[in-house]
Amino acid sequence: METFLFFVFAVFAVAGSLGMLISRSPVASALWMVQTMLAIACLYLTLNATFIGVVQVLVYAGAIMVLFLFVIMLLNLEETPRLSAFTWQRAVAFVGGVAVLALLLTAVAEQTDLFPNPTEVPVAVVDPAGEAIVVGPEGEAAVVDEGEVAVVPVDPTSVERIGVALLTRHAFTLEIVGALLLAATIGAVLLAKKRFA
Amino acid sequence: MDLTWYLSLSAVLFTIGVLGVLLRRNVIVVFLSIELMLNAVNLTLVAFSQAFGDVDGQILVFFVMSVAAAEAAVGLAIVIAMFRNKLTINVDELRLFRG
Repeated sequence: METFLFFVFAVFAVAGSLGMLISRSPVASALWMVQTMLAIACLYLTLNATFIGVVQVLVYAGAIMVLFLFVIMLLNLEETPRLSAFTWQRAVAFVGGVAVLALLLTAVAEQTDLFPNPTEVPVAVVDPAGEAIVVGPEGEAAVVDEGEVAVVPVDPTSVERIGVALLTRHAFTLEIVGALLLAATIGAVLLAKKRFA
Repeated sequence: MDLTWYLSLSAVLFTIGVLGVLLRRNVIVVFLSIELMLNAVNLTLVAFSQAFGDVDGQILVFFVMSVAAAEAAVGLAIVIAMFRNKLTINVDELRLFRG
């Protein structure tokens, strides 16, 4: 079943990206891209990355692609002519692309140790009141003075774990990305204004 | 599911993105191909995160998505500004550095 789902979503993703590549109208390219984004979101779900799958739909398919469609609509573009002319630049570019694919597939095929020793499954400590306390990502347990503790395995890709890692080990990066988004917002508004004040 | 399959699919998507950047003359399609390349890398990161049981791969995907959103916004603002001045989105004609 998982294999079947993977192949269905993989075919949708590759078909969507090829449709984006060869479409003549930019609106059609953007809509093919939305199909690719949704297929990749489903692939994330088959990888048990539920948070990333939902964020992919919200951010990529729901915000970035909508932004692209707004800009295409704003620019009021016409359909481009069919690219049937053979130029040497296009031939070299195609050969270069195929070379990139061969390089990447060789790197994937020559991996002999794709599954190293699995890390310890992180556990949650359950205090006597029955509430679970998620522990650190390396599996170290919180010290509980009184009562008995029981350890239960935690879903390794749950939102809790992502949240804990984001706010403890990657807190600085999170703040930097926030500042980056602010700078990008100001920059985008300034660049698209009609006249510089 | 086998990790190799996900990595191969990611390689194919990345290559299609590279071909889009190199072959297409429409600047919007070039930006879409860049987003496709970023998505292929995200797929690799999530596949490895699932194989290793490590959540740091998904954290990096989260940051890559944020940076890609910021880059798409600023890039499209630049496209709008260029279109307003030169009325074209053909990358062959958007040449400000002469010579």
